[in-house]
Amino acid sequence: MKLIYKAPETFTKKPTTYCPGCTHGIAHRIISELLEEMDLVKKAVIIWPVGCAVFGYDFIDTDAAVAAHGRACAMATGIKRAHPESFVITYQGDGDLASIGMAETVHAAARGELITTIFINNGNFGMTGGQMAPTTLIGQVTTTSPYGRKPEVSGFPIHVAEMLATLDGPAYIARASLDSPQHINQAKNFIRKAFKAQLLGLGYSLVELVSTCPTNWKMTPVESLERVRKEVLPVFPIGEFRVVKGVE
Amino acid sequence: MGERLLMKGAEALAEAAIRAGAQIFFGYPITPQNETPEYFSRRMPELGRKYVQAESEVASINMVYGAASTGTRVITSSSSPGISLMQEGFSYIGNSDVPCVVVNVMRGGPGLGNIAPAQADYFQATKGGGHGDYHSIVLAPHTVQEQCDLMYDAFELAEKYRIMVVVLSDGLLGQMMEPVEFKDWVDVSKLKTPDWAIVGKGDRPRNLITSFNLDPEGLEKMNLALQEKYKKIAENETRYELFMMDDAEYALTGFGTVARIMKTTVKMLREKGIKAGLIRPITVWPFPYKVYEEFADKVKFFLDVEMNEGQMLEDVKLGVNGKKPVQFYGRFGGVVPTAEEIYKAFRLHLGGC
Repeated sequence: MKLIYKAPETFTKKPTTYCPGCTHGIAHRIISELLEEMDLVKKAVIIWPVGCAVFGYDFIDTDAAVAAHGRACAMATGIKRAHPESFVITYQGDGDLASIGMAETVHAAARGELITTIFINNGNFGMTGGQMAPTTLIGQVTTTSPYGRKPEVSGFPIHVAEMLATLDGPAYIARASLDSPQHINQAKNFIRKAFKAQLLGLGYSLVELVSTCPTNWKMTPVESLERVRKEVLPVFPIGEFRVVKGVE
Repeated sequence: MGERLLMKGAEALAEAAIRAGAQIFFGYPITPQNETPEYFSRRMPELGRKYVQAESEVASINMVYGAASTGTRVITSSSSPGISLMQEGFSYIGNSDVPCVVVNVMRGGPGLGNIAPAQADYFQATKGGGHGDYHSIVLAPHTVQEQCDLMYDAFELAEKYRIMVVVLSDGLLGQMMEPVEFKDWVDVSKLKTPDWAIVGKGDRPRNLITSFNLDPEGLEKMNLALQEKYKKIAENETRYELFMMDDAEYALTGFGTVARIMKTTVKMLREKGIKAGLIRPITVWPFPYKVYEEFADKVKFFLDVEMNEGQMLEDVKLGVNGKKPVQFYGRFGGVVPTAEEIYKAFRLHLGGC
């Protein structure tokens, strides 16, 4: 029998700690596949976040660090500047990146740091129990927006990809979705370009991945994917927002 | 030892750090130490080394954390309010066993305070400051020369114990000019990437830098390992200076800038026939408790002087352990006491004895 599909070797055998239907596993797999395809495993350093993905180092076998809340891009800056031969990735959720770590993210992007951020946008704080995030949709019920997010109380969702794309430092900014095989293939293609931006020294790169959180959304995995398509993607459209010459 | 130069403290410490092998500096401007990042920004590129101005102190200490995780000689400097913002990073660095050097050029506080020299960050520097049970080695120079000499020790201690080393300076030592002689340059070509560093795993098993452990017993083990390390440091690295203490009947004590002024007070007292001396801790963590215990049998009383409300006083009292009276004189908010003022304070206590 011909083997046509197998788990990447860098993707460890350890069972992940994510809830059923969560798309972290898909994101991890894409990263592992690309690190192997692009021969980056030996020089990769991944900065894992606080939150559900804090154990990411157990699932992807590279050198790694766990940053403080929101500080991944600052820590990654330190690693990359001190050791430019490393291939540096930050893996961050929406609370981590867009709330407490917004300053570190924006300034790393503005400086054009040669790092790549994988940004998991699932519209809430996952690990701490589903509180409101900067990406929570208007009207969305969370444990800290029990009446639904109201703009007059909590402002509006932050469109991270579009916002960072206005800066001159990033070489590649895109948003993809992990809700369907087609979109997953597109996400992998986007992340490949983001990695390329770092490898070619063109600037900062970020791929936002619209993701699910079935447990905190109180939905089945299938309902979560349907919600992404019906409610989330109209607000957070997928696409490439900044592609500098040389990345494409 | 080489050339003798007249330099401002904040610049001299940067030059010393560079000669001691600092490869990369991250920082954010704050008075009264702006000359330090400015100096690094000029000198580091000249030498093919690196300088990055961060967007905040929060970011700069996390950049330090990242660079330290690669085993690179890394330094940052700031002043009191900036150091407060760095406490989060200090705590993570503490539990991740990575080496780095941090300079705190203390100013008046609390809050925005002012930009005059003070010593009110003693608690913050020596008792943790950030969350959790951790310590950093804290070196307290009292001259520009000593500040430069200790910069070499700071990097060596940081690497020896994989720990953060704080050089606890103040606005006076940062802003004054004094002649300094630098030690020889550290040969940076001999600095090796340590085997625990995260620089890409190559052909070895992966390395991990983290302060995280969800299992309480696992985290307790990490804490116990830290405490073992601190015990070893306290046993081997405690430093102090004794000034005219051989036949002293009265012990003055203070650290940093104040101790420098107190040396003049000691001389004034000696001229009047009063046998006073000075105990000056150089490491304020680990604190030299034993030397106070020893002199508690020999002197009539201790006078502790600080530019704060008596933060080191608690450690002095622990060392003296109730055997003799410990008096205190302090000035706040950036007021630097004069030698005469300290002399008067001493006479007052002498009269009361």
